[in-house]
Amino acid sequence: MFGKLSLSAIPFDQPIIMGTGLVVALLGAALLGWLTFTRKWGYLWSEWFTTVDHKRIGIMYGILATVMLLRGFADAIMMRAQQAMAANDAAGFLPPHHYDQIFSAHGVIMIFFVAMPFVVGLMNLVVPLQIGARDVAYPFLNSLSFWLTASGVVLVMLSMFIGDFAATGWLAYPPLSELKFSPSVGVDYYIWALQLSGLGTTLSGINFVVTILKMRTPGMKLMQMPVFTWTALVTNILIVAAFPVLTVALALLAADRYLDMHFFTNELGGNAMLYVNLIWIWGHPEVYILILPCFGVFSEVVATFSGKPLFGYKSMVYATAGIGVLSFIVWLHHFFTMGSGADVNAFFGITTMIISIPTGVKLFNWLFTMYRGRIRFTLPMMWTVAFMVTFTIGGMTGVLMAVPGADFVLHNSLFLIAHFHNVIIGGVLFGLFAAINYWWPKAFGFKLEERWGKASFWCWVVGFYMAFMPLYVLGLMGMTRRMNHYANPAWQPYLIVAAVGAGIIALGIGFMLLQFAVSIRNRAANRDLTGDPWGGRTLEWATSSPAPFYNFAVLPEVEELDQFWADKEHKRAYKQHQHYADIHMPRNTGAGLIMAAFGTVMGFALIWHIWWLAIVGLVGMVGTFVARAYNTDVDYYVPGAEVEKIERARLVPLHKLIENVDPASAGQKVA
Amino acid sequence: MSTSITANHGVAHGDAHGHEHHDDGSKTLLGFWIYLMSDCLIFSGLFATFAALSHATAGGPSGKELFDLKYVFGETMLLLISSFTFGLAMLNVRAGSRGKVIAWLFVTFLFGAGFVGMEVYEFHHLITVENAGPSHSAFLSAYFTLVGTHGLHVTSGLIWLVAMMHMVGKFGLNDVVQRRLSCLSLFWHFLDLVWICVFSFVYLLGVL
Repeated sequence: MFGKLSLSAIPFDQPIIMGTGLVVALLGAALLGWLTFTRKWGYLWSEWFTTVDHKRIGIMYGILATVMLLRGFADAIMMRAQQAMAANDAAGFLPPHHYDQIFSAHGVIMIFFVAMPFVVGLMNLVVPLQIGARDVAYPFLNSLSFWLTASGVVLVMLSMFIGDFAATGWLAYPPLSELKFSPSVGVDYYIWALQLSGLGTTLSGINFVVTILKMRTPGMKLMQMPVFTWTALVTNILIVAAFPVLTVALALLAADRYLDMHFFTNELGGNAMLYVNLIWIWGHPEVYILILPCFGVFSEVVATFSGKPLFGYKSMVYATAGIGVLSFIVWLHHFFTMGSGADVNAFFGITTMIISIPTGVKLFNWLFTMYRGRIRFTLPMMWTVAFMVTFTIGGMTGVLMAVPGADFVLHNSLFLIAHFHNVIIGGVLFGLFAAINYWWPKAFGFKLEERWGKASFWCWVVGFYMAFMPLYVLGLMGMTRRMNHYANPAWQPYLIVAAVGAGIIALGIGFMLLQFAVSIRNRAANRDLTGDPWGGRTLEWATSSPAPFYNFAVLPEVEELDQFWADKEHKRAYKQHQHYADIHMPRNTGAGLIMAAFGTVMGFALIWHIWWLAIVGLVGMVGTFVARAYNTDVDYYVPGAEVEKIERARLVPLHKLIENVDPASAGQKVA
Repeated sequence: MSTSITANHGVAHGDAHGHEHHDDGSKTLLGFWIYLMSDCLIFSGLFATFAALSHATAGGPSGKELFDLKYVFGETMLLLISSFTFGLAMLNVRAGSRGKVIAWLFVTFLFGAGFVGMEVYEFHHLITVENAGPSHSAFLSAYFTLVGTHGLHVTSGLIWLVAMMHMVGKFGLNDVVQRRLSCLSLFWHFLDLVWICVFSFVYLLGVL
């Protein structure tokens, strides 16, 4: 009846897990109680859970990612604490099996459920606004994508309290991840959480490629798109091209575990390196899926806060596309030690080094944009500068490891760990923080306060260097990754410094949450009345903050790059029209949430071998989809009169405000 | 440039209902093409896996001993004919004859179901009679997974066909139904194409 599931699946003997479970349960109950008490359920359901508005979906992705960042960071600080303690005779506080789950969960959560949702959420929020579209191409699919990501999150979080999580590392290499060596449900949680969220990501990819290719505002040519949209286009092409391979790799691993097949087993012809190849054919493009949109963010931020057009727009576009292509022919550098021979290793080593060329082009473009610009050191700009320094260091250690000979020494050492945290924190995370500070007013209608933001910035930057520079040294000293305990006392001082660094990062996270809280409390003082708080260049700043649900009352006409900037220069911006047409909008739907809920049930049932329930989940998913296909009432029109009312309410006072101000920097001065 | 756009402004937005946001089908079709390409990559992954493991028979039977080309040729014919009959259905969509559309979709369904039936029988035969199930070697795992994934796709196509027959009956050949039929048509022909690759690389090369 319940497959492998029984009460013994709950780890009552693990005080750390049960304590965490208790805290999560209490906080969850408090939140649910508060929502019930304040009667917010109806509001949440009709305005948020069932929404198909890309901006709200983007915000929900952001909230999901922030929550998971806390979980992933909790894992990180436990690892740092364990390694700072567990030298020589000391065992530390984490038993090996638990420790193994923690480093696996940390990697999985940070990549799939923090970085990915943040990046996808950001594209949701910004791309349609930048291209002057009213929504994405398939709004319902967009909602489904989000909820499927949430399904993955639910499964990963459940694994903590019911059963266990994979203890295999974040990519679950076989043969360790095969049934023979990982007989518990941990790897199954891993497989189904990633399959569900991966499906969501693939659908997002398709959605955004079509959105960008088909829904640009009249007149906007490809080479007139903002750079962030360009990076989003390349990113989504990478998603569509890479994620199916992840699906295959995980499906084959599942076939081994569930159907007694032999793709990657040690016996009967299985080949574990096949999995490693497949997973990295997805995995390497994946890191560019994360970083390219952040490159786009930096491009927008640098141009805006230098008061200049981006230097080398075309080269930026070609560099982005070039990186996209190259990202598919470097995967083998993750395992030079496989032994594929000097020629193969040389090929992949060289292609890897070549990637640094377009990346270097980008860096120089940003520097030349800043050169002789009127730079304003706002928070987004500070994050950008920190990125440029940090990412360059990470890039150089990466090129170093692209040399196969050097990689043989450094493979699986802490040097590698330091390298990829150097580029992912210094690149992706700093980029996302820049983006949060930059686009927050567009999402919520008020600016974030700088005081706590700066405190957070300095803690993050200092904490990052303290936490990860020692790891480079430790790698060169021969310390390998994923150690629960070690007997070399010379390593311990470095690990203590790293742990302190992680503690400083914790302050950085805390200050950032404080920054959000304080800004929300003082939002009345920081309202963005113009919609253009920074003196922006691209179309998202032409509409109000927060953008109305239809984004643009009249679709903007575009003839050049940075059209909004030109409009402000020529006093053409903020035009009030005589007549507003009715606007066609998609209706909210709960179908995406319901499908994802059935998907979660199916995943959970598959993990615990509850076959009847898995069938219920599958039939529920397909059935909901078919039922949705029979629903003909999926859209409506906003009457032009209503649009006119909303627009007048914004434009009449705005025109009074900007009458005597330099139009190019109007928004910034008024705000 | 600028003046002409301004001049057209009122006009362009005047008939906004007509062209601005109602999907004329091109958005859906492009998206579906991109989906098919991603699906194509799933099959590429499976083909690559099959290529890597095709000799890993672990002392068990190889394709040469197991495959019956004549039988598989029969399967292939069923699927190819079903693609032709789907084409006839689409021609009748253009002609607007609802009854014939449903009839040809039904014929397509029968051929597709025949294909799936033959494949199920083949699998059953391999597992029970030849004692060559998917857990006997990496080669057999790869074979069953690749061919089975294609079979699952055809099965979902069959479910989709049933839904479409019902929708044509219920809603008639309106824009939405036509768009969905175009997508299903692409899907069905795509599966045909994948099967040709399966036939060539798995069966034909396996027997040679």
